[in-house]
Amino acid sequence: MPADLTASPGSGRSGGLILLALLVIALFACTAFMTVGVTGGWAFVLQLRAVKLAALLLVGCAIALATVLFQTVSGNRILTPSIMGFDALYILIQTSAVFAIGASGLNLVDKRLLFLGQAALMTAFAALLYRWLFTGAVRSLHLLLLAGVVLGMLFRSVSNILQRMIDPNEFVVLQDRFFASFNTVDTTLLGIAAVIIALAAIAIWRMRATLDVLGLGRDAAIALGVPYKRTTMTVLLLVAALTSTSTALVGPVAFFGLLVANMAYALIPSHRHALTLPAAALIAVICLVGGQTVLERVFAFNTALAIIVEFLGGIVFLFMLVRGAVR
Amino acid sequence: MIEIRDVRKSYGDATVVQGVNLTLPRGGVTAIIGPNGAGKSTLLTMIGRLLPMTSGQILVDGMDVTHAASNALARRLSILRQDNHIAARLTVRDLVAFGRYPHSHGRLTREDGVHVARALEFLGLTHLANRFLDELSGGQRQRAHVAMVVCQDTDYILLDEPLNNLDMKHAVGMMQLMRRMADDLGKTIVVVLHDINFASCYADHIVAMRDGRVIRKGAPAAIMTADAMRAIYDIDMHIEEIGGDRIGVFYRQPARD
Repeated sequence: MPADLTASPGSGRSGGLILLALLVIALFACTAFMTVGVTGGWAFVLQLRAVKLAALLLVGCAIALATVLFQTVSGNRILTPSIMGFDALYILIQTSAVFAIGASGLNLVDKRLLFLGQAALMTAFAALLYRWLFTGAVRSLHLLLLAGVVLGMLFRSVSNILQRMIDPNEFVVLQDRFFASFNTVDTTLLGIAAVIIALAAIAIWRMRATLDVLGLGRDAAIALGVPYKRTTMTVLLLVAALTSTSTALVGPVAFFGLLVANMAYALIPSHRHALTLPAAALIAVICLVGGQTVLERVFAFNTALAIIVEFLGGIVFLFMLVRGAVR
Repeated sequence: MIEIRDVRKSYGDATVVQGVNLTLPRGGVTAIIGPNGAGKSTLLTMIGRLLPMTSGQILVDGMDVTHAASNALARRLSILRQDNHIAARLTVRDLVAFGRYPHSHGRLTREDGVHVARALEFLGLTHLANRFLDELSGGQRQRAHVAMVVCQDTDYILLDEPLNNLDMKHAVGMMQLMRRMADDLGKTIVVVLHDINFASCYADHIVAMRDGRVIRKGAPAAIMTADAMRAIYDIDMHIEEIGGDRIGVFYRQPARD
């Protein structure tokens, strides 16, 4: 009779400890974000910061979950939804909407309703476009990467053309939406974003064991009885929904997901999504909230977080490419 | 019983499996042999529903592999392919435990634990259970994958060229293992082999394919003849009976134009 029946002895427990540590750091970062440097008018400042904090938490979770899911389905640790052009697709959809209806027309529609419509459209498109890439048709990772870069470029170029053709006033409206940053979060969408991310997180949590099996690759997953097409489709839909939400809130972020997902893999001594998913989300929250606190309060910078995150993420991306972690 | 009915597979104009009709009996070791490009692996992966067929039907104990619920099939049939790269960092025990997924869906019970331990023991991997896969030699990793398949505890086990990358000692070990799985555990093993002499010594049935068709089938004694070998591989083989096994020697061929 074997004494130990769990997956691998110790890894579960130490993974749990690491999660706990990350949670403590994340809570600390949130507390610091809320309280450091408050001078007078506590109620006002706290409310202002709470909204911002909520946005950072949501975006961190959305990007982290989307990236880990995407990497599991695509069987590699270097591709992310944004590298594959998911957020460029979202921007294209937004631009097309303004182009077709006009900003004044769009302003009549409730912003939340508009967001829901765009997210639904984005999810459908992403599912159609990216399905063939991940159902075994393309085996080479380099080909996938290339396809993603080309698709992203295509979406961005088409958006650019459309943006040039529309009325300059409408362009200003659009630009205002795209250049949302961690500092100027679109707060009207917070509630609906929270609902979407919560629903997605529940769905993901329920399929965590299946995700572990998907991580073994297509053949092994099918051999172990995972309905592969249906499952990858579900995962891609979730990724698209999460990416639309985070893009709507803060605009496109290219390498942040890569950074937090790989930090989670490095920290957690386990393949289990029950551990890596929360770890990635917590690391994302620590990076965003902690980074924002340090930059805003300590260095009194205002817009640099996105740049710093992208800078670090880009370096990680290059490092992984060069080191050959692509396989 | 695995029934293969008029199964065809083509990629565009190229047909790699052309209308195979074949019944593989339950129990024992069945070896599929043939030259490169004969369609052996393609046929095996279609039985294991990893590859859709262009036309035809494959039934495993009456279940149509194309339409049966993937999970129900996974408790009946397992398949292991040659290239098994895994992006995640797994220990041997983690990998083997995945074999229980069709039964317990990720919640390992006490009984699953017993299965995992037994599979590790069966493959002689108990002392390596907590090692990471990327720390193992090619042969050990191969055995870990086979252990996962054993742990899946299915009646049918399909193996695609499991001797690839194994040295002689480990190749013999792998063939003995298949025999033990068939004899001691009552499994039905279907295996694609390149080494004709391993097939001759260890298989109960041999199915020979060439150009996408089954051209011979039968007991090793019936297949291991100079005639049949010429028909299958297009080479002259000298067949000799050594210690009760028919062994083919083919290393020197007359020069051809």
